[in-house]
Amino acid sequence: MAALAINDTADGRRTLALTGRLDATTLPGLWDAARRAAADAPRRPLVIDAAGVEYCDGAGAALFVDLLRQPREGKVEVANLHPTYAALLKQFDPAVLVHDLDPEPPRRPAIEELGYAAFGVWRDIRTQVQFIGETFAALVFAVRYPRSVRWKDVWRICEQVGADALPIVALISFLLGMILAFQSAVPMKRFGAEIFVADLIGLSMLRELGPLMTAILLAGRSGAAFAAEIGTMRVNQEVDALTTMGLSPVRFLVTPRIIAAVLMTPLLVLFSDLVGMVGGAVTMQSFSIPIVTFLKEIDSAVTLTDFLAGFVKSFVFAVLVAGIGCLRGLQTKAGASAVGDAATRAVVSGIILLVVVDGLFAVAYYLLDI
Amino acid sequence: MTLPPGSSNESEPLGGTVRGTEGSQASVPPPADNVIIRVEGVDAGYEDVVILENINFEVRRGEVFGILGGSGGGKSTLMKHMIGLNPPLAGNIYIDGDNIVTADEAMLEKIQRRFGVMYQSGALFGSMTLLENVRLPLEVYTDLPDEAIDLVARMKLELVGLEAFTGHMPAELSGGMQKRAGIARAMALDPSILFLDEPSSGLDPITAASLDATIRRLSQNLDVTFVIVTHDLGSVFVAMDRVILLDRRAKGIIAEGDPRRLRDETADPRVRAFFRREQETVVS
Repeated sequence: MAALAINDTADGRRTLALTGRLDATTLPGLWDAARRAAADAPRRPLVIDAAGVEYCDGAGAALFVDLLRQPREGKVEVANLHPTYAALLKQFDPAVLVHDLDPEPPRRPAIEELGYAAFGVWRDIRTQVQFIGETFAALVFAVRYPRSVRWKDVWRICEQVGADALPIVALISFLLGMILAFQSAVPMKRFGAEIFVADLIGLSMLRELGPLMTAILLAGRSGAAFAAEIGTMRVNQEVDALTTMGLSPVRFLVTPRIIAAVLMTPLLVLFSDLVGMVGGAVTMQSFSIPIVTFLKEIDSAVTLTDFLAGFVKSFVFAVLVAGIGCLRGLQTKAGASAVGDAATRAVVSGIILLVVVDGLFAVAYYLLDI
Repeated sequence: MTLPPGSSNESEPLGGTVRGTEGSQASVPPPADNVIIRVEGVDAGYEDVVILENINFEVRRGEVFGILGGSGGGKSTLMKHMIGLNPPLAGNIYIDGDNIVTADEAMLEKIQRRFGVMYQSGALFGSMTLLENVRLPLEVYTDLPDEAIDLVARMKLELVGLEAFTGHMPAELSGGMQKRAGIARAMALDPSILFLDEPSSGLDPITAASLDATIRRLSQNLDVTFVIVTHDLGSVFVAMDRVILLDRRAKGIIAEGDPRRLRDETADPRVRAFFRREQETVVS
């Protein structure tokens, strides 16, 4: 336990007598009282009598420093402190601890913040354009000199991007097909048109939902993984090591990932299309539409153009997701939180880009009458 | 003590003075049981890999104790067992009389609050400023007023020479500075034992010497026990009272005692090679 006694002497001094153990467990009740006692008599000389202090650790020393650093007109001194603890106290300079030596920078005015934000967006666009150029050059180089590609890495990444993603793609696509079938079959049944659910599922899965859902899953899974992996390499200075060894990080890290994504995404899209239609077919069984009838209807409704319209997108989506994941990874700053930021930015900007590009495809197909 | 500029009137300095008790000695009486850590028959390693076998030693209260050895010799693995991060493959480790190996979760937490740990990289939380890093244990484990917590944290940072970097994020600092901040955080609650993993690696010689002096001062003045894993022979001879030297081939301790005496008096070529930095070192 610790205690404080306040005594005003005849010669005009105020004495704060501290006794007992001064540590983090005993000080909470004492701290404010000691400060108040010192502040109540700002003109009197203040003596902090430590004769009764049995133990004093860093928190105890902080109380002494706090009393010594307070601005007051009267003189202040610590008396009778055991030399052990006096030596501890002498390590700290109250003058240094009066002011915050590293204060937070003042907030910029709103208009300045807006300017900085706009500049940040402009810089990001410029970086992306630069990155697209570098990546394109690296891919051209890879086509011209296939031996320069680290194929061992490509197959490893193919497994991560493709085979490992099969269960989640299967689950989402199957459920998507089922939900689509249920949601559309009920109103269509009123008109006796439930057979056309097959047309709807076939067209929407092949042209739109198969490629888009697969790409979104890829952005959440592989895009984030690319950003985190390359980001960690950046934090650990592995990317710097590549650069100083004369190896281009884009050629060494980005090219294998983009090749793997371009090889795997179309296959995943095919798989997603198929499983989505199976999900729809299973649901339509409960509406008395046999699987054979369902498949025949799809066959009559869907053309090769519809299939290719979706399939072509998968290549573009693959480049976007892998590219943005790698770019965010390479942009990682220092620290563990920066890796998390990079992964988050990879997913967010990946999904935004996917939706925007998908919209552009829709407009282009409309104009081309595809 | 010097005064804060502009914070007082000119005739009356506000920094104050400290007067000690006359004639008293700067010593804290040793407790009855002088052993604070006891390692008994410990096999150190992970999964089925045994790095060290049947390790036995004691650390006395208030001493600066070094765990030395070559790279891959099991120093950090042994320390991880001592702080309860990984259980040893066999044996017992007593911290202030309590066995950390057999302790349940609640007991383990209680034991772990008695010591602070500084990890090799500093292990600061990247999303917090240095001040927030040091404040964290004080906020969690004490009821001190907010201003007091702030002051204690800033004093700990002043102790390691980082008082001007309180608002910096760890990523903005050099590796050595992060390490010093890690020491400040380990000391936040004034634990009776401090485990330091390679504290002086990456520090400039002046900062390393200042850190050695701080360790000695805390050990002598506050009876803090230090267990330090290190390679730095400069620190070993200046700061440490006793050391053990681990050897990977022997899978155990090959020397124990005062490092200066071990350097000057040992007949074991492996120990001599280590302490005299001889090229044909046998210690691995």
